[in-house]
Amino acid sequence: MRRSIPLVAAALGVTLTLSACSGSSDEPTGDASSAAPELTGTLTVWVDETRIDSFKPVAESYQEETGVQLDLVQKASGDIRTDFVTQVPTGEGPDVVIGAHDWTGEFVNNGVVAPVELGDKAGDFAESAITAFAYDGKQYGVPYAIENIALVRNDALLTETPATFDELVAQGRTAGTPFPVVIQQGDQGDAYHLYPLQTSFGAPVFAQAADGSYTPELALGGEAGTAFAAYLAKLGAEKVLDPAVDGDKAKQAFLDGQTPYIVTGPWYAEAFVEAGMDITVLPVPSAGGEEAKPFVGVQGAFISAKTENSVLANDFVTNYLTTEEIQDELYATGGRVPALTASADKIDDEVLAGFNEAGATGAPMPSLPEMGSVWSFWGTTEVQLIGGQATDPAGAWTAMVTNIQGAIDG
Amino acid sequence: MSTQQTEPATAGPEPRTPAPEPRRRSVTSHARDIKPGFVVKLVLVALVDALGLYGILAAAAVQSWGIVVFLVLALVAVNWVYFSRRMLPGKYLVPGLLFLLVYQLFVMAYTGYVSFTNYGDGHNSTKADAISAIQVQTERRVEGSPTYPVTVLSRGEELGLGIVDEDGDVRVGTPEQPLETVDGAQADGDRITDVEGFEVLGLAQIAQRQGEITELRVPVSDDASEGSLRTQDGSTGYVYTPSVAYDEAADTFTDLETGTVYTPSRYGTFTAEDGSRLTPGWRVGVGFENYTAMFSDSRLSGPFFTILAWTFAFAILSVVTTFGLGLFLAIVFNDPRVRGRRFYRSLLILPYAFPGFLAALVWRGMLNPRFGFINEVLLGGADVPWLTDPWLAKLSILLVNLWLGFPYMFLVCTGALQAIPSDVIESARMDGAGAFRVFRSMTLPLLMISVAPLLISSFAFNFNNFTLIYMLTGGGPNFESSPVLVGHTDILISMVYAVAFESGVKQYGLASAVSILIFVIVGAISYAAFRRTKTLEEL
Repeated sequence: MRRSIPLVAAALGVTLTLSACSGSSDEPTGDASSAAPELTGTLTVWVDETRIDSFKPVAESYQEETGVQLDLVQKASGDIRTDFVTQVPTGEGPDVVIGAHDWTGEFVNNGVVAPVELGDKAGDFAESAITAFAYDGKQYGVPYAIENIALVRNDALLTETPATFDELVAQGRTAGTPFPVVIQQGDQGDAYHLYPLQTSFGAPVFAQAADGSYTPELALGGEAGTAFAAYLAKLGAEKVLDPAVDGDKAKQAFLDGQTPYIVTGPWYAEAFVEAGMDITVLPVPSAGGEEAKPFVGVQGAFISAKTENSVLANDFVTNYLTTEEIQDELYATGGRVPALTASADKIDDEVLAGFNEAGATGAPMPSLPEMGSVWSFWGTTEVQLIGGQATDPAGAWTAMVTNIQGAIDG
Repeated sequence: MSTQQTEPATAGPEPRTPAPEPRRRSVTSHARDIKPGFVVKLVLVALVDALGLYGILAAAAVQSWGIVVFLVLALVAVNWVYFSRRMLPGKYLVPGLLFLLVYQLFVMAYTGYVSFTNYGDGHNSTKADAISAIQVQTERRVEGSPTYPVTVLSRGEELGLGIVDEDGDVRVGTPEQPLETVDGAQADGDRITDVEGFEVLGLAQIAQRQGEITELRVPVSDDASEGSLRTQDGSTGYVYTPSVAYDEAADTFTDLETGTVYTPSRYGTFTAEDGSRLTPGWRVGVGFENYTAMFSDSRLSGPFFTILAWTFAFAILSVVTTFGLGLFLAIVFNDPRVRGRRFYRSLLILPYAFPGFLAALVWRGMLNPRFGFINEVLLGGADVPWLTDPWLAKLSILLVNLWLGFPYMFLVCTGALQAIPSDVIESARMDGAGAFRVFRSMTLPLLMISVAPLLISSFAFNFNNFTLIYMLTGGGPNFESSPVLVGHTDILISMVYAVAFESGVKQYGLASAVSILIFVIVGAISYAAFRRTKTLEEL
């Protein structure tokens, strides 16, 4: 029965739709005046709890303009991606799903998303936002917001920031706080927040082709990778990084003034601003000599491969979400840098502008399905290096690369 | 009830045939005296019928014939049982049986079915879905081709597309007939308003024929290699060419540029001779491969046996420690000499009243090496790596599970102790047995009769205690440099989760197979143990 309840609901919907279609197509099509009922369609859009409030006004205005009803279905952010992959093939999925660009590879690999064609509009967006949703030469999502991590400084404690990470640690110690800098880890590790340090050693996760798109060739090994591993072990031994500091603890430490610096994203920076803190957002200083490039995450909309409302869904996603007005509105409610350049240029918020600048050098997080095999090995090894369990950094890092390659090859 | 009440009056004149009379009467009694109870039954069954009928229609509409058959049989059974006079036991059994079928047997059968397939990432739908997804994903927009504002047209049932080209000419085409310039058509800017022989579709009509419109491909010219015009939103069109072609008769894809032929493989993907594959694949049966993977795949078999051993150790030690502490406390608080027993007893129930996953999370926080309550306050700022050292993590898990589990054992033992007749113990003492002897020879065996089955179920529960492991350590600390992401405290079920869901590629087939293996192990052990407990009762 459990399975059949959504099925029954879906079936009723199908029955009604079918009967509605058959009813109207029986009418003589030649008579244009009588066969023009009001445009009333329904689009089902899945959106998670972090984004649904931004999309409620968009749904209302879309309905007012086009007569198409937008049913926003709230899904838990932990489930929405998996549910989409498992439910689209059964016909129970939505028409459109709002999510992050790094889902693209998994969705394409399972055949659950339909390509979208932005045409000339693609040029109006930040380039990284467009390439983020591209996979194997096709576009699969329409971006609306960009986010990335950066270095956030508590101006009440320090006002100048040196150019390298080692100097920053040394300077942070003079602030008289328990931590010179915090980068969240947790006992499963957090490769995302360490990535700027890693790229500053010249060890990106996957090799990039000339057009900026990723190839499934691992690039995080080699000398650059082992140098970074040794650096992590050093930071761990010096207690600059600590597996005990997870996201909540890092945020709290910064809020309590226990550290002058935190590496984090706009999601926590909002809380710092709300708490009345005086903060400055800066690019992460280099640790290994090269530029520290964070991952850039892009939010956007995907269209289901099995939608029965393909025209409406495409109209909503490619013609409506791409307008300046809607991107402005999503910025106002969502507080992230808009993907549309015209909207992004209007931002006067210093904090967001700081994140935007720090992300300018970044590259989109890889959306390859291979990326799914990377995260856990990566985080685990990093946390073992920081915690001191892995006594041979170079060996642990090399073994990690081998294991990731093994997992990718299946 | 009602027939019995009327029985004496009618049975009176004919004392020799009392039995058939009321029965015959009762058959027609509904018509004469409808009791409230019957009305309630009628309404309830009618509701069930209505729901069932709705389900049947809905399932039939999406052609889920299995569900239709099940619902029809269930409805027939329900009506027959509740309106028949001979099915009294059935009236109590049917709801339970139906729920058993749906929630237990169906789930088990489905898990069993999935365990023989390669269901998972890249293989999560049917072959037909995979073919259409490949066709859509491999279609390329012709490089440098312009964006056309298109108008959707119809000629009877047939759909077509129209564009206004750079010269202002109106060009119209259908799937069979390439785009060609038509005379006498009217356009408003770049939108066509009227074409002879075609009807210009409005937004409402477009919305009704969405599937057909996105399937529509209008060739640009007689030369197929120039591609075809299509639209996704009914207003903008682009020219596309496919990069692979599907041959329905041969069931193969051919790459149009390189000529590589992709044939369907045993594992549900279109694979070329050089091993390259087209994604997505589809779901196929793989026989026992998921079952043997745990032993034959060297990446899995190494950790598998380590984890199997720890699973047994964890389950057995959890039962032994919780039972030991629970029994000890039960005996202590069963002694009348202890004052304030009720107060202590209610305090001891507290951990039991906490949801397990919440308690595990709280403990995880308290055991945090740098900020946790235990290191920070109790141990005065010590740096004990409770959850990150392999042995300490195992100890932490056992201790937290002891904290969570002993109140249950305490409750059970208290109840069982109080059920032991005091005169039996008394007589043992009279025979000169000491306290320990009484406990070993009398109390414990008598206790085990009622408690042993609960210990077995506790073992089965802990064997699958995913919540505790997942919330407390997440299976960590992970094995160093291991090719699969499992750790020192992972038990079988959390290993399944790690391998099948957290390793990036979801493998529902593998997860189902290991679930079935776990079920078999737990089932076999429980069966053997229950047989053993029978001998206890013979004491």
